[in-house]
Amino acid sequence: MSLNLEDVARIARLARIELSAAERETTRDQLNDILGFIEQLQAVDTTGIEPMAHAVDVVQRLRPDVVTETDRRADFQAVAPETEAGLYLVPRVVE
Amino acid sequence: MSELINSSLRQLSAALAAKKVSAVELATLFLDRIDKFNPALNAFITLDRDKTLAQAQAADEKLRVGAGDTAISPLTGIPLGHKDIFCTKGWRTSCGSQMLANFVSPYDANVVEKLAGAGMVTLGKLNMDEFAMGSSNETSYFGPVKNPWDVSRVPGGSSGGSAAAIAARLTPAATGTDTGGSIRQPAALCGLTGLKPTYGVVSRYGMIAFASSLDQGGPMAKSAEDCALLLNAMAGFDPRDSTSLERPAEDYGRDLEKPLAGLKIGLPKEFFGAGMDDDVRAAVDAALAEYRKLGATTVEVQLPNSGLSVPAYYVIAPAEASSNLSRFDGVRYGYRAPEYDDLTEMYSRSRAQGFGAEVKRRILIGTYVLSHGYYDAYYLQAQKIRRLIAADFVEAFKECDVIMGPTSPSVAFAFGAKSADPVQMYLSDIYTISTNLAGLPGMSLPCGFGANNMPVGLQIIGNWFGEAKMLNVAHQYQKATDWHTRMPEGVK
Amino acid sequence: MSRTTQWEVVIGLETHAQLQTKSKIFSGSSIAFGAEPNVQASAVDIALPGVLPVLNREAVVCAIKFGLAVGAKITPRSVFARKNYFYPDLPKGYQISQFEIPVVLGGGLAIRVGAGETATEKFVNLTRAHLEEDAGKSLHEDFHGRTGIDLNRAGTPLLEIVTEPEMRSSAEAVAYAKALHALVQWIGICDGNMQEGSFRCDANVSVRRPGEPLGTRREIKNLNSFRFMQQAIDFEVQWQINEIEEGRAIQQATVLFDPDTGETRSMRTKEDAHDYRYFPDPDLLPLEIRADWIAEVKSGLPELPQAMKARFETDYGLSSYDAETLTTTRAASKFFEDTVAATGKDSAKLCANWVTGELAAHLNKTDMPIEASPVSAAQIAGIIRRIADNTISNKIARDVFEALWAGDGTDADAVIEANGWKQITDTDAIEALVDEVLAANQKSVEEYRAGKEKAFNALVGQAMKATRGKANPQQVTDLLKKKLGG
Repeated sequence: MSLNLEDVARIARLARIELSAAERETTRDQLNDILGFIEQLQAVDTTGIEPMAHAVDVVQRLRPDVVTETDRRADFQAVAPETEAGLYLVPRVVE
Repeated sequence: MSELINSSLRQLSAALAAKKVSAVELATLFLDRIDKFNPALNAFITLDRDKTLAQAQAADEKLRVGAGDTAISPLTGIPLGHKDIFCTKGWRTSCGSQMLANFVSPYDANVVEKLAGAGMVTLGKLNMDEFAMGSSNETSYFGPVKNPWDVSRVPGGSSGGSAAAIAARLTPAATGTDTGGSIRQPAALCGLTGLKPTYGVVSRYGMIAFASSLDQGGPMAKSAEDCALLLNAMAGFDPRDSTSLERPAEDYGRDLEKPLAGLKIGLPKEFFGAGMDDDVRAAVDAALAEYRKLGATTVEVQLPNSGLSVPAYYVIAPAEASSNLSRFDGVRYGYRAPEYDDLTEMYSRSRAQGFGAEVKRRILIGTYVLSHGYYDAYYLQAQKIRRLIAADFVEAFKECDVIMGPTSPSVAFAFGAKSADPVQMYLSDIYTISTNLAGLPGMSLPCGFGANNMPVGLQIIGNWFGEAKMLNVAHQYQKATDWHTRMPEGVK
Repeated sequence: MSRTTQWEVVIGLETHAQLQTKSKIFSGSSIAFGAEPNVQASAVDIALPGVLPVLNREAVVCAIKFGLAVGAKITPRSVFARKNYFYPDLPKGYQISQFEIPVVLGGGLAIRVGAGETATEKFVNLTRAHLEEDAGKSLHEDFHGRTGIDLNRAGTPLLEIVTEPEMRSSAEAVAYAKALHALVQWIGICDGNMQEGSFRCDANVSVRRPGEPLGTRREIKNLNSFRFMQQAIDFEVQWQINEIEEGRAIQQATVLFDPDTGETRSMRTKEDAHDYRYFPDPDLLPLEIRADWIAEVKSGLPELPQAMKARFETDYGLSSYDAETLTTTRAASKFFEDTVAATGKDSAKLCANWVTGELAAHLNKTDMPIEASPVSAAQIAGIIRRIADNTISNKIARDVFEALWAGDGTDADAVIEANGWKQITDTDAIEALVDEVLAANQKSVEEYRAGKEKAFNALVGQAMKATRGKANPQQVTDLLKKKLGG
């Protein structure tokens, strides 16, 4: 499996990372190196093996339904790039 | 006074208790050393002398009024540095990234809270590979950290700032995190002792996520004894982390003094094959000889799938990272590009400019392996191989009490030696990654010096929840040797 | 052939029901509606670096309740997954949802389409129901061309309920949505408030010629009223048929319904065909639901509407229609059963008539829920008891109800007493009255005798008027007949 420039552009768009034309080429080469390296996984027979998503085999602990949080908007918005009237502002979203 | 820079935490604790030194004096001693040596090393990236001294004063107050009080822990008044991946309220928490270069955390990580609760004094925040992605500390937005043993060489990564700061005696202790070897590898390259606990022992709350199913915080210090004290304060159940384990509290130092007679050390033949440098092999062999002298026996074990650990890791870790790092979008905090025409451009430019090359590379790989049509072939396959790797350890631990081998295939390398070739860099973690995949605890401790007089690390891998055993094994070695007491010439 | 026979409509619904918990699904923030922007957005909700989710137990209880209510399988080990996409109201850049292994699988809902004689029954099968978190809100006005983001809603617990594509008309879709809406409120997992967005539907609509494979579907997003759902689906169906008949293929798309124009239109964003990169959330371990937990939840579940309806029919002898009407909401059924409890089972039908008749009419007129009825079940029972023992007529009973509705009087007996409305049942007294009426209305008597039936009614009216309605009408009729006939 080898990525071409269009693949790189598609992945970069999904990941919301802008790449210049030149960056796209070096990125393609580096990603192909890495993919070539991880390609060896394909040769392993894993029939019947349960995927391991977590490092520990325990189940979800549940939280009681209690309101524990208080208003910290001022603290949190102190580090925000742009706010107004308690809202985070972003460029206009068109639906 | 200056002899205190080489003291163990227990010695510092005794000196504080006996009022031979105050917490303020101790903090000042280290802050002054930071002023003197840090500019050449770039280990600390955020300092706030006033905050540090205020914390030290509070510790002194505790020590003054509360002798014999439960509020006093063996760590009260002892300074430490936090890897900049841990959120620290009121301190900049950058994770080594331009993305968070202006992020002052509004809350404390669980680990920070616990260590502060134990009375420890924060000296500052420590440099690291950006978002913990790196093995050389060359990916930090704040510039590379230099290895105090040779400033032309890397300190290892990603907890390189923590390692360099302890090696240069800028702090007696530090926090680190380990996703694929990020505590153990820099500990090895800088001649320190570092411990990655069993997954779930230390809370991840407030530890900026790289790969959630692999990340684990742990202590870094000069000795196993110090690490045990630190781990006692760091570990424990945290209801805010769903993967934190509910287990009875442990004294991780309880077995430190147990003799090693009868100890069975497993030596995976896969760890002693080609790929390890001769100088590293010599130091590790010598350490094993020392262990035999201490009464241990060695037995060969097999980890047949360990060769797949690096490629499996480079599917799983980037996949999780690509999702974990999506929150850095320039909307609520963090870097926002100055110019953009619309929302999509604001996202893609903020992320293109705010993240460094290695982080972007891993986000892109992770995005790709999770994307439609590739998930089964890459991500699911890697997860299945992960189970095979974990199962290998279950088998191996039927034959032995601990596993040993090198921490890193080579001693610290020169800046730039591997940065052009990502795959070569990834292979630096070839011996450490499998423990993260399996969720096992691991340690590195100094076991001699290799080429160019650079430190070599011995890795100990424990069984699940075998921290106390590992610390015992490491401590007995450190009682018999003095590698862990060595200090680089340049910072004397 | 008409269009409707040429084309088969295929509709599947996805409903987001906001769960009635106190706190969010993964954080301890309040989910109360109407707070100032972002004051109910905690560190976890705004996705500060380093924060982690912890699952709310009550949200899981709600999912179990739902699964039990629709006869579904509760998954013993379900998995939370991340759905990755960028949007400003999605702080983490992914939504925590369930993908491969949802908490509820299968089950279904019986619905009744149409009303009265022509109504038909249908069973709608569910594919699944899964737990997930809601996103925040984007506000597009008043920020000099920028969009404001409020994350109070981010992390609100949702149960997404997905049907099989089994509905064949907008009427069926609406009937299903109404039945589901009633059910989630019945079992107390959702307040059903559609204005506040607590119950939102997306409709997947396609058309095909009967027997052909499924057509390409378009998804109508965020239908927040049953009327809009009907309008939107009807418009969409016609639009798709027109497109195909004019030779254009349907493209899969997400569309919005504009209530002002009554039309659906394609959304502009989402250009990169959704690749959500689902994978198990490494921050959340598998959700285990054991049989004993399910049993515990089951024991606390109220009697379900289907079962209650059947019981009303057999125990109280109610018609299917009355039983259905009285089990529309738990409050209505409770009101009815409280009334029956006070009157005795023999009056159950009368109780049903009053609750679905006089009371429902008054409540409708004033747009009042039955819980807020100014006339209580005990008060209605009081009226019914007096009808049953012939103290008052049905007509007077309505007057008593009016008086109680207006707050004049504490119970039926007091109202009857105060107004002197007690029915005259004394035969002698009524006979005397009838005699008076006959004497005073000789003309009518003659007309009746000459064969004019209408004249008889006039005489009854006069007699009732003379008693101010208090005489038993049947008794009056009988007496008049006897006297005129004799």
